Amino acid sequence: MSDVKRITTPLTDEMIETLKAGDRVLISGYVYTARDAAHKRMLEEYEKTGKLPFDIKGQVIYYVGPTPPKPGQVIGSAGPTTASRMDKYTPKLHELGLKATIGKGWRSEPVKEALKKYKAVYFAAYGGTAALLSKHIKSVEMIAYEDLGPEAIRKLYFEDFPVIVANDIYGNDVFQQLEEKYRKIDLSKLPTYCI
Amino acid sequence: MRVVKADEIKEAVKKLVMDTEYFIPEDFIEAIKKAEKTEESPIGKEILNTILKNAEVAAQEQVAYCQDTGYPVFFVEIGQDVHIEGNIKDAINEGVREATKEGYLRASLAYDPIIERKNTGDNTPALIYFDIVPGNKIKIMFAAKGGGSENTSRQMMLKPADGWEGVKNFIIKTVANAGPNACPPFTVGVGIGGTFDYSAVLAKKSLFRHIGERHPDPRIAKLEEELIEEINKLGVGPLGFGGSTTAVDVKIEIAPVHIASLPVAVNIQCHAARHREIEI
Repeated sequence: MSDVKRITTPLTDEMIETLKAGDRVLISGYVYTARDAAHKRMLEEYEKTGKLPFDIKGQVIYYVGPTPPKPGQVIGSAGPTTASRMDKYTPKLHELGLKATIGKGWRSEPVKEALKKYKAVYFAAYGGTAALLSKHIKSVEMIAYEDLGPEAIRKLYFEDFPVIVANDIYGNDVFQQLEEKYRKIDLSKLPTYCI
Repeated sequence: MRVVKADEIKEAVKKLVMDTEYFIPEDFIEAIKKAEKTEESPIGKEILNTILKNAEVAAQEQVAYCQDTGYPVFFVEIGQDVHIEGNIKDAINEGVREATKEGYLRASLAYDPIIERKNTGDNTPALIYFDIVPGNKIKIMFAAKGGGSENTSRQMMLKPADGWEGVKNFIIKTVANAGPNACPPFTVGVGIGGTFDYSAVLAKKSLFRHIGERHPDPRIAKLEEELIEEINKLGVGPLGFGGSTTAVDVKIEIAPVHIASLPVAVNIQCHAARHREIEI
């Protein structure tokens, strides 16, 4: 793990090239929220109209469905959701200019390939630490699909939002690397009949 | 015959749900503190520390520990000498509805799984398992089950010939596949026996047992200990960033079984171990 890098959105190819799996990064600037239902609708609309609800070039999508804010809060608890549920949609969004996503957990091979091809990264935030993470979100604006409630697309302003580069453009995967480092069991010896 | 008004149940459920979302159980916190001392990975240690801070902030500010405030699951044991005045199902759902609104919880349920998936807006309907027991009390056990860890849970109908080895391998593989996606450190709930469906109910219910509390049958307790050790060799670690703390506990519940069957269900619980019980 290296020192902390600070980046500000929107992101450029040059910034993406400097990021390596395992890097700790503090993100500032605007990002957009979207999860399952918003992705589905966004890409269905894109198929029909050729448009997305916001200009995606250079942008970052945070996979989150926050809780409603208590009085005095900007946003409620807002931690990452499982990224791989969005894998079906992610390569297309990178093709259209999306530079990064923030979530938790593994990504699929097609997503990892898309990161290399379109110069983009996948950041992992600490899952389940939602009460803490929301403190790095300074403003919230409804952008699209308000009827989806927690799944609507919102524009957030981040201040030093802490993440780790999970997958970079060089094909590295932080989860794989670190899990292998601490594994003391031979998974290949387990029978494959069950899963 | 003791009379309990439905409204009393509603109020109790409302408080139960909010408390569960804000306050992580003390036994789990203690387990994380203990794990932080033994965790081999530096980033794993840091994450365990962050988890403790998150629990502290959620409790202090009375905000949701995790934005996924979960699928509301209830196990309700009604004493046979209790008469409930009013509708208990409506009371539980109303309690959830009010807790969601007044407790600023996320609406996380959809009306249907494959047609429109429209959000119900208030976290109802809750999933409620009822049981009738001796006595004149009502015990309400509540779990807020997050989607991320629930999605990695698995059930398998093994063959009796697969035995403990087969069961053990299935559990370990399920935990390995859950990996970073399901927010470890886990509590792994296991149901063995019963039917296809009942094994999963047992797995879920086992998660209410205290951390460190072993199965009363020493033979099963030994299997739990064996699994904890094996699972923590996987290397998954806190939030999947590698390490020696993948699960803080494994709970096994067993039930009588058909002579042809060996059902096993694994219910993965993330570090947002939100469950709590009350008695009325």
